[in-house]
Amino acid sequence: MSALLEVERLCAELPGGARVVDEVSFSVFAGRSLGLVGESGCGKTSAALAVMRLLPDGAVTRGSVKLSGESLLEAPEARIDELRGSQLSMIFQEPATALNPVLTVGSQIAEGLTVHQRLKPRAAAARAVELLSSVGIADAEVKARAYPHQLSGGMRQRALIAAALACAPRLLIADEPTTALDVTVQAQILSLLTGLKRERGLGLLLITHDLGVVSAACDDVAVMYAGRIVEQGPVAEVFSSPRHPYTAALLKARPSLQSRGHPLEALLGQVPPLGSRLEGCRFRPRCSRALEVCAVKVPHVGEGARRYECHHPVGT
Amino acid sequence: MSAPLLSVSGLHVHYGAIHAVRGVSFELGRSETLGLVGESGCGKTSLARALVKLTRPSSGTVRFDGPPRKLQLVFQDPHAALDPRMTVRAALAEPLDIAGLPHARMPELLEAVGLGPELLPRLPRELSAGQRQRINIARALSVEPTLLVLDEPVSALDVSVQAQVLNLLSELQQRRGLTYLLISHDLAVVSHLATRIAVMREGELVELGPAEQVIVTPQHPYTRALLEAAARLAL
Ligand SMILES: Nc1ncnc2c1ncn2[C@@H]1O[C@H](COP(=O)(O)OP(=O)(O)O)[C@@H](O)[C@H]1O
Ligand SMILES: Nc1ncnc2c1ncn2[C@@H]1O[C@H](COP(=O)(O)OP(=O)(O)O)[C@@H](O)[C@H]1O
Ligand SMILES: [Mg+2]
Ligand SMILES: [Mg+2]
Repeated sequence: MSALLEVERLCAELPGGARVVDEVSFSVFAGRSLGLVGESGCGKTSAALAVMRLLPDGAVTRGSVKLSGESLLEAPEARIDELRGSQLSMIFQEPATALNPVLTVGSQIAEGLTVHQRLKPRAAAARAVELLSSVGIADAEVKARAYPHQLSGGMRQRALIAAALACAPRLLIADEPTTALDVTVQAQILSLLTGLKRERGLGLLLITHDLGVVSAACDDVAVMYAGRIVEQGPVAEVFSSPRHPYTAALLKARPSLQSRGHPLEALLGQVPPLGSRLEGCRFRPRCSRALEVCAVKVPHVGEGARRYECHHPVGT
Repeated sequence: MSAPLLSVSGLHVHYGAIHAVRGVSFELGRSETLGLVGESGCGKTSLARALVKLTRPSSGTVRFDGPPRKLQLVFQDPHAALDPRMTVRAALAEPLDIAGLPHARMPELLEAVGLGPELLPRLPRELSAGQRQRINIARALSVEPTLLVLDEPVSALDVSVQAQVLNLLSELQQRRGLTYLLISHDLAVVSHLATRIAVMREGELVELGPAEQVIVTPQHPYTRALLEAAARLAL
């Protein structure tokens, strides 16, 4: 099976020269979801923006990004615009800023349809209602006439998903789509996304800092630390036998319904700020398994779908 | 049995037409942790603020066994809770001054929350999210409280830092015999520390019982819905 989105050795430097994304490779397949996970500040959003070609002006991107074989990094701006309105869609991290507060939800979705699909206003409005209803909004006709602030957080997130689906994309990138939501609503939104993946063969790149979200909604996972993907593979394998100490530490740090009475295995320290990143393995200062060689270089172990970057992996 | 440290009876909070807290009653015993869980907007923060008298209840009573300053609230938003122009030193001086306690305690307070005195001259923006939350906790501890109301103390933190802060809360409780009302929308967080769990929905407590019992044999359908959602997001 060939990948819908194939990212290879993607590097991105911000205008000041700081490298936020460093040699990142991953693939998203049609009908599958890849979770990109890591603590905040690891570069997840930057990686997604690099794929969408939405990093700020002056940022430098290298490597290769292919959507159904077509190279995105070299494509002319006009072509990228076209793809963003037809094959490629992104739900941004800040739900509050993603919807325009002075336009009704329906008219915002319809706007995209008149621009990208050249629908007449009335047809676009009708299609907007259909889209809202397809993401599980009851009373879509009424809700289409509502302003964003009149909707609950979960409803706004559904509206954003509807807007992202307006162009019937093949790939959807969702950046922390449930982070601001309550657990019961979170579960509903994740079911909606996994349903879309199954029923429409959508490829989903789901960005989150929450391993629980990955376990509920993803087939594959890529764990990002300080700009690099330190481990990746099928969720079931990576979560049951993590090899990179960072993955293992994230998995162990979470409180659960069963963890009462035991201290959590806290991961000490924090993600290094941009510009103070080390040679060798960047996780080394926080790692209890570090060896001398970790200060020198990082190894690339495994190939294809199951890979990690560690000299002294967990379970050895 | 000794008298409860806190007893709350028939508490109501209104904001104009909004009825945020609807007849809440519970008691807190010494050195226990009551976890309060519920989804956003259900009235948790309103209840917390009414307990520390930052919001005036429309009816009901809050009885706290001790002087008011021994009951401290750690605010929900660690960013908003610290004044951006105040150094750590100034942020700690404020409650110490109010309580008439010496500034000489600052290093010891920082140590209690796992930080060093080198942070004293820093501004909030020069601290990590976890350090800011530790400073918030240090501020609350400065007046030697017996009861801490912790409003979403780890919600804004990454899982790694969340674990550090939860461990810190548990150590502090053991060392100082503190009583906690731990508020969170996250059932896993609440059940990690709580001895008893209260479930809040639309301003009311719909279930209250020993943590084990609430998790294993929930009585209210809403508690079951929360547990199911939490289980889906478990690893
Ligand atoms: N436009 C920007 N200007 C300066 N620094 C940025 C910008 N965008 C992101 N960063 C920095 O890049 C790093 C990665 O950020 P981000 O991609 O948002 O990570 P994540 O999504 O994993 O939290 C962080 O250190 C962040 O502060
Ligand atoms: N200062 C306020 N003025 C008016 N309404 C408020 C105020 N604070 C909270 N509310 C409302 O009261 C209800 C309960 O809010 P809150 O106590 O913050 O809930 P929670 O902490 O569980 O999210 C919500 O409907 C909220 O919009
Ligand atoms: Mg991000
Ligand atoms: Mg609150």
